[in-house]
Amino acid sequence: MLPALLTMVGLAAAAGAAAAFAARRSNTDQDRLIEEIDALLPQTQCGRCTFTGCRPYAAALAKGEADINQCPPGGDATAIALAKLLGREARPVDPRFGNVPANPLVAWIDEAACIGCVKCIQACPVDAIVGASRFMHTVIAAQCTGCELCIPPCPVDCIVMRPASA
Amino acid sequence: MRQVLYALIPTVALHVMFFGPGVLIQIVLGVATALAAEAAALRLRGKPLPPYLLDGSAIITAVLLALCLPPLAPWWLIVSGVAFAILLAKHLFGGLGANPFNPAMVGYAVLLVSFPARLLQWLPPNVAGFEPASLSFVETLTTILTGMPPERFTWDAITSPTPLDALRTDLALGMTMGEAHANAMFSAFGGKGWEWINLATLAGGGWLLALRIIRWQIPVAMLTALFVCASVMSAADPGAYAGPLFHLTSGASMLGAFFIATDPVSAATSERGKLIYGAGIGVLTYIIRTWGGYPDGVAFAVLIMNLTVPLIDRYTIPRIYGHAR
Amino acid sequence: MATSGTRGGLRLNAHKERSTTQALRAASPVEKLVLPLDQHAGAPAVPLVKPGERILRGQPIAQPGGTVSAWLHSPTSGTVAAIEPRPAPHRLGASTLSIVVANDGRDERHAGPAPSPFDQLAPEQLRELIARGGIVGLGGAVFPTAAKLNSAAGAADVRLLINGAECEPYISCDDMLMRERARDVVFGARVLLHALAAKTCVIAIEDDTPQAAAALEAAIADAHDERIQLRRVPSIYPAGGEKQLITAIFDVEVPSGGLPADVNTVCLNVGTAAAVASWIRDSQPLTSRIVTITGDGVLEQRNLDVALGTPLAALIYDCGGYTGRMSRLIMGGSMMGQALPHDDMPVIKATNCVIAASALDLQPRAAEMPCIRCGNCAVACPAILLPQQLHWYAKARDLDALETYGLMDCIECGCCDYVCPSQIPLAERFRDMKPALAERLAARTNASAARVRFEARSARLERIESERLAALAKKRQELAKKPS
Repeated sequence: MLPALLTMVGLAAAAGAAAAFAARRSNTDQDRLIEEIDALLPQTQCGRCTFTGCRPYAAALAKGEADINQCPPGGDATAIALAKLLGREARPVDPRFGNVPANPLVAWIDEAACIGCVKCIQACPVDAIVGASRFMHTVIAAQCTGCELCIPPCPVDCIVMRPASA
Repeated sequence: MRQVLYALIPTVALHVMFFGPGVLIQIVLGVATALAAEAAALRLRGKPLPPYLLDGSAIITAVLLALCLPPLAPWWLIVSGVAFAILLAKHLFGGLGANPFNPAMVGYAVLLVSFPARLLQWLPPNVAGFEPASLSFVETLTTILTGMPPERFTWDAITSPTPLDALRTDLALGMTMGEAHANAMFSAFGGKGWEWINLATLAGGGWLLALRIIRWQIPVAMLTALFVCASVMSAADPGAYAGPLFHLTSGASMLGAFFIATDPVSAATSERGKLIYGAGIGVLTYIIRTWGGYPDGVAFAVLIMNLTVPLIDRYTIPRIYGHAR
Repeated sequence: MATSGTRGGLRLNAHKERSTTQALRAASPVEKLVLPLDQHAGAPAVPLVKPGERILRGQPIAQPGGTVSAWLHSPTSGTVAAIEPRPAPHRLGASTLSIVVANDGRDERHAGPAPSPFDQLAPEQLRELIARGGIVGLGGAVFPTAAKLNSAAGAADVRLLINGAECEPYISCDDMLMRERARDVVFGARVLLHALAAKTCVIAIEDDTPQAAAALEAAIADAHDERIQLRRVPSIYPAGGEKQLITAIFDVEVPSGGLPADVNTVCLNVGTAAAVASWIRDSQPLTSRIVTITGDGVLEQRNLDVALGTPLAALIYDCGGYTGRMSRLIMGGSMMGQALPHDDMPVIKATNCVIAASALDLQPRAAEMPCIRCGNCAVACPAILLPQQLHWYAKARDLDALETYGLMDCIECGCCDYVCPSQIPLAERFRDMKPALAERLAARTNASAARVRFEARSARLERIESERLAALAKKRQELAKKPS
């Protein structure tokens, strides 16, 4: 009786210790959790999730105030990765927040039509548009995250989205 | 995998020498069942038969299980055990390479849980000091096929527990090691017959190591862990616990270390992982043998460690070239 | 980075003696030479000549098309017959833009730059001069040598490693080069030492090449240069892999994703060193290289000194033609070489070996069976990976796990394939999965760069706003002070 009891207690303790070791990583404080969530987000800074940028969305996710399926640029892959990290149910991106782009798109300025108003430069969250007042502007394609925030401010509608590799 | 079968020849030969031709009949029945079950499963799964049937893995499963059963066990034990191993433990999980548990040990565990009395009916070894009832080949065959001993014997007259089983029972009855050891089935350091079978298995395993068919980590870790556990406990109370040599040369210690635990499909895969896996089997074998309710602990130790393989693999990824430690 | 020495690898039957019994000779000249413009790593070269133009041997015919690119020179005198897409071996038979040169047989030489003693040039001038010679890594990676030197020059204690460890079976071009042109190798090493302002140079060779070792020892002794030493490494494939050789010689590991320059090392092939010597000493740009023609499917197995652009078919003809046992044409060695669909393709700067393989040369591959996790591959892997696990996750296309298990650290040496009892083409599977993982890693790098820029912008906007408010407050204070 006693040896059997001890054996079971010992095995349970060993299994518990192993589980505790495995779970050690997930026992993080809030700031580190936000960092980990932020690292999974695409950093488009587009605000389609209804927050002002990727990090605010990460903070809201960490507090449990947002759902994992609010990031269209990240697509389903990001939603799944977030679900895995946060231990929530994986779901596809909610179309109310926008369509998931099939291929990555970047902004492109028709330089012939650009009037040099600098409005798009002010709108760009990642400083990917260069130009000066009354000189034409251009998008640094490699740095464009495809957030589309530059399109509404343009007074002459000379910005369009194009496939990234073209 | 053919070499693995060759390496088992000394074990089988000594088995025949000490316990009669029963094991040969069990092997034939097991292999036939294994091939039939494997062929049926492959056919159902739409896989080509020849490469999978000829690779020998199903045959090894059958031979290992046959070596674990009492030589006079009725035919339906080996047949149902092997069929379960091949169909459920192997093919339901995806067949060759995909089974998380060692099929032979799953088959053994199912039989042990379902028919414990039949699996305890071993034979006394054919050595000096015993007068074992000697059965002819025909008598052995009819015993296996009918499930009844020849008329001139009763079951009790021809069967005997294994040394491991006997020792466990005696100790449970309150005997000391010294009193238990007075039984004629024990020799200086092991059980008569069994010690030689285990040494033969060690030789076969050593040959596989030399050929690099298996790697040293699992057998060495398992036997070392078993040795250490037995040494510590018998040093603490020599009257209550068997010594390390007894453990190493009893039951399926060597078969487990070199032929069962080393099944690569269900074992941990990195070098460090294999050491942990092997040591775990050694420790669990000792625990189950000493404090558990079964005559030997290798099968359950292997199955429990199979469960831990994903965890072990996850935490024993070696340091990749060019990465910081 | 601490190491535990080199790991894994295989002792293979080298099959080198087949092609080293005959002395090196030049290949017979051919009528038409085809020179792909993208035969080096980096941007394709840009033609400097037009169809119909007469050109001379050694004349530059294409210039670098980017910072990482290379010059291309005419291997003979003649006319530019065409500039058009032609099948190329590095494209496995697909066409790529090439300059086609019609040989006039006169072999008239272009007056190159006048040779000057290299040690009187500044290192950066010397590196620019090396770039002008069209010199790229001849070990197979064809990375422009000057670009490699530039990226490593200036680092303190940079050291030079000349790689003569030709570990892959069948290939013997470096062995023959070291036997016959050991002086060029040593002279090239001295030029490269000066170009890098480096103080030490190790020439590494395998321990099964005694003639090459003897020739190099004599050449080093003749040069009276104490900076250069010869070291032998065990001939265990892939001993001559750049990372493996650096670990074997200097006992450091090249960090994952990094370059030899990260451990202050520049690693160049012996053929590259000899090409540098020909260019700096004799004003001969890189227009020819030594090629091993071997395999049971060709009559005469040997090494030839071949003009770049020579069709592979002409090389085979030069060696007596195919035997009846010919079964597959391979460019490179038997472990990492690639099968070519036909022989109407030119020798390029990367062509170290052509195997006309018979069934005897080819590893007969039985039907693929499931992985049984035996772990033989992990023992053989020189990158200390677990190929059995990578295989599992590659099948599942699990990019997270592939990253954790180090897919990008696979050097595609093929040791795992070679030992696999289940005949699984592991290296090929890993090569196929790399682009998907690389894309994801690039996306992650871009994302973190975008985050950095976003945070910088946010900080900037905040600063501008607080400065504006501060200026406003100051103005108000001044207005308040002013008596009204």
